[in-house]
Amino acid sequence: MSNVPSDLKYTKTHEWVRTLPDGTVEVGITDHAQHALGDLVFVEVPEAGRKLSAGEPFAVVESVKAASDVYSPIAGEVTASNAALAAEPEAINSDAYGKGWLMRVRPSAAAGSALLSPEEYGKLIAEEGD
Amino acid sequence: MAFIPHTREDVESMLAAIGVDSIEQLFDEIPANLRLAALAGVPEAASEMEVGRLMTERARLDGRPLCFIGAGAYEHHIPAAVWAIATRGEFYSAYTPYQAEASQGTLQLLYEYQTMMASLTGMEVSNASLYDGASAMGEACLMAVRANRKSHSKRILVATTVHPHYRRTAASVAGNQELVFEELPYCTEEGCIPAAALGRYDGQDITALVIQQPNFFGRLEDVDALCDWAHARNILVVAVVNPTSLALLKPPGQWGAKGADIAVGEGQPLGVPLSSGGPYFGFMACRMEQVRHMPGRIIGRTLDAAGRTGFTLTLQAREQHIRRAKATSNICTNQGLLVTAATIYLSLMGPAGLERVAAASHARTRELVGALTRVPGVRRLFRGPVFHEEAVALDRPLAPVLEKLTARGILGGLDLGEHYPELGPALLVCATETKTSADIERYASALADCMREARAA
Repeated sequence: MSNVPSDLKYTKTHEWVRTLPDGTVEVGITDHAQHALGDLVFVEVPEAGRKLSAGEPFAVVESVKAASDVYSPIAGEVTASNAALAAEPEAINSDAYGKGWLMRVRPSAAAGSALLSPEEYGKLIAEEGD
Repeated sequence: MAFIPHTREDVESMLAAIGVDSIEQLFDEIPANLRLAALAGVPEAASEMEVGRLMTERARLDGRPLCFIGAGAYEHHIPAAVWAIATRGEFYSAYTPYQAEASQGTLQLLYEYQTMMASLTGMEVSNASLYDGASAMGEACLMAVRANRKSHSKRILVATTVHPHYRRTAASVAGNQELVFEELPYCTEEGCIPAAALGRYDGQDITALVIQQPNFFGRLEDVDALCDWAHARNILVVAVVNPTSLALLKPPGQWGAKGADIAVGEGQPLGVPLSSGGPYFGFMACRMEQVRHMPGRIIGRTLDAAGRTGFTLTLQAREQHIRRAKATSNICTNQGLLVTAATIYLSLMGPAGLERVAAASHARTRELVGALTRVPGVRRLFRGPVFHEEAVALDRPLAPVLEKLTARGILGGLDLGEHYPELGPALLVCATETKTSADIERYASALADCMREARAA
């Protein structure tokens, strides 16, 4: 059974979102997603300063099986990305919700929120067949 | 698996399964006026014997002219062993087999090819080849757009001294993907790109700069200055290079302070005969940090379960069978058989042999241009050094002179008028190691005669 922390929000495309004290949000891929991808070998993260719209691909995660786009859950500007993943992509496998974070975003004022609660996301992945 | 065409019974059972009476019925939706009963101008089938005879007769019409045309395809001596080995049953295939469990020989050869090309270009990693030099340049422009994350303009500056066919092909391959190609003017005195011409682009968002060395006129560009100018402005550099020349010239991996970012070119000079423009093959090499943006197959060396060295496709997550529409390229056929020949050619020549080919070609071209410019009315067009090709200017229209030469069994060179009309009557000539002093003398004396006749006419 996948780990779905109760203090985060989620997307249908398997990203997690954490609101930080300074108002920015941290984004990564879920434990369910890393498990489905298998051992990650390469991660491409966005440049700070990049403007994203909600649903736009912002990162690429490549495993021994596949390469997938990761979609921004929210519109805003990238304030930081996790450079450590270049040398250690497997951090996403071992710690998807911690050291495996991909980027931090300052949401644009108009950013609406169509994110899933932990319960909704848990139900989604249960339906997909975990 | 048997590759046997469908029998009548197969066809009937398939039609029955989908509930259709005839194959014709499947095409019903195509209006009758769009259908052709037969192709106009295509004759009846002929037997192998008849076709063989026809082709022999046609080939005789070509004769065996003495060829001084280069312009992207070069006549070099190909040791007989190259194609004797390449056409062995173990290698000879229209398709490149990649299954690691069945194709270790082919995979090892491709790995050796990549190693040789990386070494020749001075780059860190090479792919297993592309379709040809021109499409490789188009792919390099697309790759530069993916790899240059500091630029968002998709603007590519292309030197007008890059092969005109390559520029056109790149626009065909990449033009519909929102890339904008802008042409950098060349200096008509020197036949290359003046670094001063770049000033007007300062402060603009440019994704990549494409330069060819030696350029289409055979001239050597100031690649160090061009490369450094680009890198100082976060512009990636695509180098279009002739593989033979790299035995003498500085490889793209060493251009300027940082080296070019992507090196591509036409592999034909490495053991592939001139044959109506192809099949040839393209090569591509880049920095390791950008390997995931590179199109095409890449073969890696690894260990099998028993710890033995083996070869296999690697970094496949970039490719179309995994990434579909988001693959680095969906038109990246490699040219397995031509690459096989090139790998054998390079193995037989070795670095010293390739250097001798390059040096001899350079020396022959100097000799040729010396002989041609002693003919009254012929002069060198550009100042400055060349590799194995050079432009000469005539004081009268070129076409009649070339026709007269052809009638004497000499292909005198490429008329530059079609692509560079501003140059006036200008001829691009090339001599490789295949030309002797007697060949060059024959051309010069025929040219002197033809010029005399043209003046008298």
